[in-house]
Amino acid sequence: MTQAPAAAVEVSGLSAGYPGVLALQGVDLRLTAGTITALVGANGSGKSTLFSALLGLRVPLAGTVRLHGKPPQQARRRNVVSYVPQHDTIDHTFPLTVAQMVMMGRIPHQGPTRRPRRADRAAVAEALEQVGLAELRRRTVGELSGGQRRRAFLARSLTQQAPLMLLDEPFAGVDRGSEELITATLHALRDAGTTVLVSTHHLDSLADLADEVVLLHRRVLAAGPPSAVLTESTLAGAFGTVLADDGGAADSTEDAVGRQEAPWS
Amino acid sequence: MELIVEILAAPLQFAFMQNALAVAVVAAGVCGLLSCWLVLMGWSLMGEAVAHSILPGIVLAQLLGVPMAAGAFVFGLIAVLLIGGISSTPVIKRDTSIGVVFTTLFALGLVLISRVPSQTHLQHILFGNVLGTSRTDLWQVLALGLATAAVLLLARRDLTLLAFDRTYAHTVGLSTAALSALLLVLLALTTVTALQTLGIILVVAMLVIPGATGMLTCRTFGRMLMVSSGGAVFAAVSGVYLSYWLDLSTGGTIVLMQSTLFGLAYVLAPHKGLIARAARARRTAAAA
Repeated sequence: MTQAPAAAVEVSGLSAGYPGVLALQGVDLRLTAGTITALVGANGSGKSTLFSALLGLRVPLAGTVRLHGKPPQQARRRNVVSYVPQHDTIDHTFPLTVAQMVMMGRIPHQGPTRRPRRADRAAVAEALEQVGLAELRRRTVGELSGGQRRRAFLARSLTQQAPLMLLDEPFAGVDRGSEELITATLHALRDAGTTVLVSTHHLDSLADLADEVVLLHRRVLAAGPPSAVLTESTLAGAFGTVLADDGGAADSTEDAVGRQEAPWS
Repeated sequence: MELIVEILAAPLQFAFMQNALAVAVVAAGVCGLLSCWLVLMGWSLMGEAVAHSILPGIVLAQLLGVPMAAGAFVFGLIAVLLIGGISSTPVIKRDTSIGVVFTTLFALGLVLISRVPSQTHLQHILFGNVLGTSRTDLWQVLALGLATAAVLLLARRDLTLLAFDRTYAHTVGLSTAALSALLLVLLALTTVTALQTLGIILVVAMLVIPGATGMLTCRTFGRMLMVSSGGAVFAAVSGVYLSYWLDLSTGGTIVLMQSTLFGLAYVLAPHKGLIARAARARRTAAAA
């Protein structure tokens, strides 16, 4: 009998939200190590809540979350999980260069005063190279375009060198060039053994991106390879009848802004 | 040349001026450091609140014969806890909670003063009494100031991440609650450090204006720390001398010097100043 592959993420019976207003209800999720899983659902389907639960930002009402066999709190302390945030909630006037921001990903590897060492500088240089921002390392974070900033956040997570990476809507409001670069980076990560969970509602390029797709609408509607999950009937269940509008309309303005930038400028 | 030496050296013949200068420099330097994080966290109002809330602590400390700093520190913490507690009820917003707590504690301090016989004047607590600094006061401020500055500088990278991106700080395993608490404790300590120089009313000026000046002039956080605390120390030194020669309120003069630096930065700062922004707007308009 062959041993089942180790689970990088194991969620069982997860309910979260407020009693009476459940964002997630009885969610079971199992991510195999070294795969890319796309988490697909409409706005308000509970994707962000699920991420919060995985990061331990939200205490579940019921159920358990295990990352590499550990509860989220412990997993974070052991640098099991890295995270690329969704919205530009950051302060654009914050006095911080791109290189300094990316260096923050090295905190789990550093001593108590976080003084950067040679290995830290090398990891930052490599990550910036990988996302195509080496030239812009001395810019401040506020001076980047939307797509560049998304790649800078990705670089910050890369330097963590954690075995599990969560990305919340990395393709929303991002130009074509940045999208391809992010996809290539995630494939390289997966090939090196990292487990990747990406939330998205861009359905068109999903088959190229992900090994597995999980369709979420407060509970898991379907899970499996893209070809099996991305059928009309399952998608209709997740997005309702306004499927065509819903995915696109939500971030059409962001897309328009994102496309104006030259990806490598 | 001789005149300059005379201007700088003459006040230092007096021990009280030596003490005043030392205590003002240390307080301003620490305020300048902490100010950077307060401004970036959006905690300016919190600085004001803690400063006003320590009044009853000072009165009670004198009554009980314990160091003023201890009483002030305890009430600074009480204020922080009350603010946090009250604003955790969903009905009350944070700035409302701050407004309720610090005015209440300040009023309590006033009432206590009116009932408790005390040799310290209310005037000195409210507006500072830097010229009355004793050697004991000086040592207390030195010890507190150096300890606060050391902790701030050692934890600076974690605190900066906390101010920049709380969720990510959490993700990499930092305790955001503990870091916030640390910053609040340091805020209480800094307030105590600066009390002798500036008094309760004006402490907040040195907790906000230096950091704001740094924000206008710097692109990186390390530079901002230097500009902020360096500017604050300059304001303290020039303020002490000006107030000596022109016979002005020392705390007031220090703050006005700092405000002048802010005004200069607001107009002249390389990228974010008024002139630079106007020039950029004109170039953009010309290009269009």
